[in-house]
Amino acid sequence: MIDLKIDDSGVAELVLGREPCNEIGTAMVEALEGVLRDLDVDRVHTLILRSSVRGGFSAGADLRELHQGLVARPKEEHQPGLRAFLDRIHAVMDGFDTLPVTTIGVIHGVCFGGGFELALTCDMLIAEKSARFCFPELRLGIIPGFGGIPRLRRDVGEAVIRDLLLSGRSLGAKRAHALGLCAQVVGKGEGIEAARALAAQSGKFDGTARRAAKAFIKRLPREELEREKELFVELALRPPLLAALTKFVESTDLRPYLP
Amino acid sequence: MKATVDTLIELAARHFKVDAAKLRAEDDLFEALGANSFEAVELISELEDHFEIELPDYELQGVKTFAALAAKIDKRR
Repeated sequence: MIDLKIDDSGVAELVLGREPCNEIGTAMVEALEGVLRDLDVDRVHTLILRSSVRGGFSAGADLRELHQGLVARPKEEHQPGLRAFLDRIHAVMDGFDTLPVTTIGVIHGVCFGGGFELALTCDMLIAEKSARFCFPELRLGIIPGFGGIPRLRRDVGEAVIRDLLLSGRSLGAKRAHALGLCAQVVGKGEGIEAARALAAQSGKFDGTARRAAKAFIKRLPREELEREKELFVELALRPPLLAALTKFVESTDLRPYLP
Repeated sequence: MKATVDTLIELAARHFKVDAAKLRAEDDLFEALGANSFEAVELISELEDHFEIELPDYELQGVKTFAALAAKIDKRR
């Protein structure tokens, strides 16, 4: 599901490889927790995060697991169950966000929902031309719940966030680059080489200065992240989420990610 | 000047590696191309780049044929 390699120069490559498109559920969270626990930040100066899956970086939260969790558990357990999962995923996202190494996300294809939220923990994004960014959560009657909106607010203007959130539309790589969301746009299959070159450049800098610069400029919006969790749970406990998840799970449509 | 639908068929055929000569404007594009949702998302990016437009996903709801998609593209040019 996840592969972590560290080379002699101090560059780590974390490759997500869960078919069909790196859906984020308990197993992915466990794997990411393992990376945060085991990553030797004294040995690594840059972490590259990418996907080996054909469809894209990540299609977001594992909706089938979320549906299963809601239907299998008694209603009174929904609130504490959702809250516990959110606390866990937020700890992972915050962990990646604040790693004392430079983080580069390489994005191709689908980068939706929770996958977009994971990408937003990275210091810099390199998007291949095929990349598309989207917050489709309102279609499910919820808001993004993995810290995406507070993190995106650090990077782009609120009008962009309203557009993404309230329309549910996706943005292509060029537009994302023009908005300042992505540091670079490269051709198909070129993202990893661009990321390695950027990592090599980052590795030339003094480690203390590099870590200090990141900590200075990139802070966690803690209050908003907390409020987001509360709002997510409040919305998720209403009937529209379960209805939308049931429709998704029972659908035989081979193109569930289309609008 | 080449009609948008012809350019669209050429681009889609190249993207999905199918024979453009076998594609017709009124074909169901998903069936004709054998596209899954991830591939379709990629195609949207390619079309936006080629035609230098933005194609909001919600405007593509219910679009089934190459001709209908070409009409949406033309409205954005």
